[in-house]
Amino acid sequence: MDQLTFQFPAQPCKPSAKASLCGVVSSGNLEVLITQGGQPNGCEVSIHTSARGFAPIWQAVLADFAAQHALGGTAITINDMGATPAVVTLRLGQAFRDYCGGAQ
Amino acid sequence: MPTSLPSSTWDTRRQRRQARLQRATQAGIGRHVPAERIKTLLETVIAPGDRVCLEGNNQKQADFLAQALSECDPQQLHHLHLVQSVLALPSHVDLFERGIASRLDFSFSGPQGGRLARLVQDRRIEIGAIHTYLELFGRYFVDLTPDVCLITAQSADAAGNLYTGPNTEDTPLIVEATAFKSGIVIAQVNERLEHLPRVDVPGDWVDYVVVAPRPNHIEPLFTRDPAQITEIQILMAMMTIKGIYAEYGITRLNHGIGFDTAAIELLLPTYATALGLKGKICTHWALNPHPTLIPAIESGFVQSVHSFGSEVGMDAYIAARSDVFFTGADGSMRSNRAFSQTAGLYACDLFIGSTLQIDLAGNSSTATLGRITGFGGAPNMGSDPHGRRHASPAWLKAGREAAGPQAIRGRKLVVQCVETFREHMTPVFVEQLDAWKMQESLGMALPPIMIYGDDVTHVVTEEGIANLLLCRTPEEREQAIRGVAGFTPVGLARDQAQVDQLRARGVIRRVDDLGIDPRLATRDLLAARSVKDLVRCSGGLYTPPSRFRNW
Repeated sequence: MDQLTFQFPAQPCKPSAKASLCGVVSSGNLEVLITQGGQPNGCEVSIHTSARGFAPIWQAVLADFAAQHALGGTAITINDMGATPAVVTLRLGQAFRDYCGGAQ
Repeated sequence: MPTSLPSSTWDTRRQRRQARLQRATQAGIGRHVPAERIKTLLETVIAPGDRVCLEGNNQKQADFLAQALSECDPQQLHHLHLVQSVLALPSHVDLFERGIASRLDFSFSGPQGGRLARLVQDRRIEIGAIHTYLELFGRYFVDLTPDVCLITAQSADAAGNLYTGPNTEDTPLIVEATAFKSGIVIAQVNERLEHLPRVDVPGDWVDYVVVAPRPNHIEPLFTRDPAQITEIQILMAMMTIKGIYAEYGITRLNHGIGFDTAAIELLLPTYATALGLKGKICTHWALNPHPTLIPAIESGFVQSVHSFGSEVGMDAYIAARSDVFFTGADGSMRSNRAFSQTAGLYACDLFIGSTLQIDLAGNSSTATLGRITGFGGAPNMGSDPHGRRHASPAWLKAGREAAGPQAIRGRKLVVQCVETFREHMTPVFVEQLDAWKMQESLGMALPPIMIYGDDVTHVVTEEGIANLLLCRTPEEREQAIRGVAGFTPVGLARDQAQVDQLRARGVIRRVDDLGIDPRLATRDLLAARSVKDLVRCSGGLYTPPSRFRNW
């Protein structure tokens, strides 16, 4: 079990929900919870993951997502059971769309 | 007066054939061979050094004849040269281990890839070449004509006429090459009938028929359980439909056999229909009867399908959909691998498939160290045929993207659809393909590259679509590939500024650029979520083999 925390600068977001939750904790999957964070121009991420030794990849995946989405003012909590970067990015995208609103 | 006269004998092959047939007659063997005498027949009509085509197709196998040949006496039968499209059965490899065969020209070996590689390393087998199907079929009529072929069919009548059933596959072609060059044709059948439903191979091309004790083996190679399709595959399918099929107006195509393409098939009645694409894409196919195509057929999306072979459990469904599939007057399907490969090569505008490795030039390979698996049909489907002359909107658009508005030819769309990581976080994108190491360790003339990079037009990953047609230099091409390679080492080594520029030019397009909402990428979007759903959708006509039934 690894516990990781990251902070990324990000454009402020305009939330339309108090929180959003996507995914499930199951093999190869993860759950992503987005709530309000402390810094309007930053995003705080905390991760519990069953897979050890992937901190650099988490850093790269999250930095890339933060660079492409207005995540400022959010706190992201992740419970992971060995999801691939593809699944992580998909869940982040789904949770972010729910958090910021917009019809499907 | 010439100093040396050419030989006056011009029918040595025919004479040799007659002598062999006569030896069999002397051994008391006629056209209909009892199963227990099959080894005697094989040892009588096959000679050491013969070129033998042992019908091993993609799906059906002449398994009884393969078993019998592998049990023949290596003192009598040795140094055979096998020329067959697929080396699938353990008995095929036994032939080399027992010293009956020593040379092999083939296309695909699938499950026997590991044993084959060991035999090559031990120098117990000499591989002529790994071919594509059409290439090998072509060579049957040039320099790899079989002396004897051992084939399989569903039924035979008293005159030796054969009915292949829906899995016609390679049989007519193998028989034609053998029978018309004074070879010997031996067929195993599942049953003797007084009247065949139809004649697929005329009896006067067939020398011997044996009713096998067990029906021939047919592998359900094209059945993908929708329950195993992931949301990432659904996301990539959405990108492919919206970003490629819709934009080029792809009506004529071929799909690979992976879960990625099964996902596309299952999104046609849902996602593609919602985008208004029914009737505009995916109407005409060169494709095996994939069970996952059933919902698209039932929804009226699909107008025509020609198949390389059939698929286990699909026969009743196919027979009931003769507007869509090619069927005989008897009602059952007639497939033909050579014709369908030709259709896939020349008459389709798009091929999409998956692979195990892609390098920075876009070359792709399924060869991994220690396994010689071959290619099958992918290199034919996944190549731009320079012999094509007819135009279509998709072909023209691709050609003009590559060479500008004055292009004098179009381009076939060749799409590779992969997740950036395979199982156990193995990256698909690599600096160098394993194929190169394999070439070195096995002493091959060429690395076994499945699809050449210069034929690939698009790479689709969960990160987006790279349109290689729009790349103007090898450097751009490399960065476009790195740009969709995600968080693999190859992806992380991208030049971010160049990738951003390629994205601005539309060479790379991400999910957001395509206007795709990732929240739609759930299994709810699949038109069928289980094999049982497929059965229900077919009105009970699809009867899956037991391994796919969990109810």
